[in-house]
Amino acid sequence: MRPFEYTRADGLDGAARRIAEGARPIAGGTNLLDLMKLEVETPGALVDINRLPLGGIEPHGEGLRIGALVSNSACAADELVRRDYPVLARAILAGATFQLRNKATTGGNLCQRTRCYYFYNIDQPCNKREPGSGCAAIGGFNRIHAILGASDACIATYPGDMAVALSALDARVEIADAAGGSRSVPVREFHRLPGDTPERDNVLAPGEVITGVTLPAPVGGTQVYRKVRDRSSYAFALVSIAAVVRMDGERIGSASLAFGALAHKPWHDPRIDALLVGEVPSDALFDKAADLLLEEAQGQGHNDFKIPMARRALLATLREATGARM
Amino acid sequence: MKGSAVPISINGNEAEFAGDPRTTLLDFLRQDCGLTGTKKGCDHGQCGACTVLVNGQRINSCLSLAIMHDGDSVTTIEGLGTPADLHPLQAAFIKHDGYQCGYCTPGQICSAQAMIDEALNGWASNVTADLSAPVTLTPEEIRERMSGNLCRCGAYSNIVDAIVEHIETLQAEATQ
Repeated sequence: MRPFEYTRADGLDGAARRIAEGARPIAGGTNLLDLMKLEVETPGALVDINRLPLGGIEPHGEGLRIGALVSNSACAADELVRRDYPVLARAILAGATFQLRNKATTGGNLCQRTRCYYFYNIDQPCNKREPGSGCAAIGGFNRIHAILGASDACIATYPGDMAVALSALDARVEIADAAGGSRSVPVREFHRLPGDTPERDNVLAPGEVITGVTLPAPVGGTQVYRKVRDRSSYAFALVSIAAVVRMDGERIGSASLAFGALAHKPWHDPRIDALLVGEVPSDALFDKAADLLLEEAQGQGHNDFKIPMARRALLATLREATGARM
Repeated sequence: MKGSAVPISINGNEAEFAGDPRTTLLDFLRQDCGLTGTKKGCDHGQCGACTVLVNGQRINSCLSLAIMHDGDSVTTIEGLGTPADLHPLQAAFIKHDGYQCGYCTPGQICSAQAMIDEALNGWASNVTADLSAPVTLTPEEIRERMSGNLCRCGAYSNIVDAIVEHIETLQAEATQ
């Protein structure tokens, strides 16, 4: 690990100023310290934000606000999250381990970086780690890589589970800046597609800090998180789907779906939600939804299997979420 | 923070950390405190050999900087049991042969101890059917909840047996 200067933030403004000057915020550290050991990340300064008052889960309008420093364990265990937003609890519990979730935070989880093998290997070219150096995953080993929204510069995926559920729930990310201002961004617009600037995972500007996540009023319905992976526990998704579906009699009253491990961001396609609403559930309908999802899907060789896997996972998820008997 | 010592309680004893900020909690425990029961396996949060309890919660001590534990209470395997006074989980691991080489065992035992508290607090896992029901630590639940502790010797079935017996003993004591 490269040497760094360590400071402890004593206020949000001070932390944001330090971050604007180039320091990296550290909370749980489960991803950042791993990357620093590998020298994928080499910050000259860390600002420890753990003592800032960014914890707690509290009512927010008709919804809920989750502080940026709330641990993944605490979020999944929260009574209101379990009752009103079960897809969020399910997604969190599907990721990592109890040890990691005890340290990992809500804000940090959103900012976790890709698990692309070449991003992790500093001897290999990677446009995300070293802009302009090339992408070794294109034409290399790319079993875990993107089938949607990739670019010539980067085919990495966003690896997390939590943000996929937050996308289905249409949550928002609260962000503070060094000038004392704040803004709120839909989770669906927080992560970016790689384009020709894959070094930027999300829309955070220099000096901005995530302060929390807000959830809209509970929508009820059936909430499902389906994660397909190589092992039944402690593995990243190959395909994951968060579904929030409310039935209106025999027909689908509302639907909100988001997909993980397919792209550089949690994938949300409003056309899929619109297609499902008002329809009677059927495999034919679910197949049309998969057609929309995969319209522009492109395999890279080793990850071609993700295309039929995403279709089958979507079918299974929608059968479960709509209670359809096929 | 330069120059100022950070107080950390370790197994009930007051320690101070004043080293290089890069020092992980794991390296501080092993190298500075002489507590070599906590093991360094992968050093990347993947194997769980370094699992310790911080303020009662299990974490990977390899993915945490010592300097960030100002005022925390850390419990390692040395704080759970000693050769002369084994923790019941240690005794159960011996009885059920819950190890071969033993390298992962301290992490397994710290992890299992925290798992029991998590279940008592009603924390669901990925295999829990009802997110809001009281948790029963079935072998399936134990396997899921212990998946962050790898055993390269493959003693998993005996590890589960040891934990199950310990939980049954705790339950029998609670109903007496």
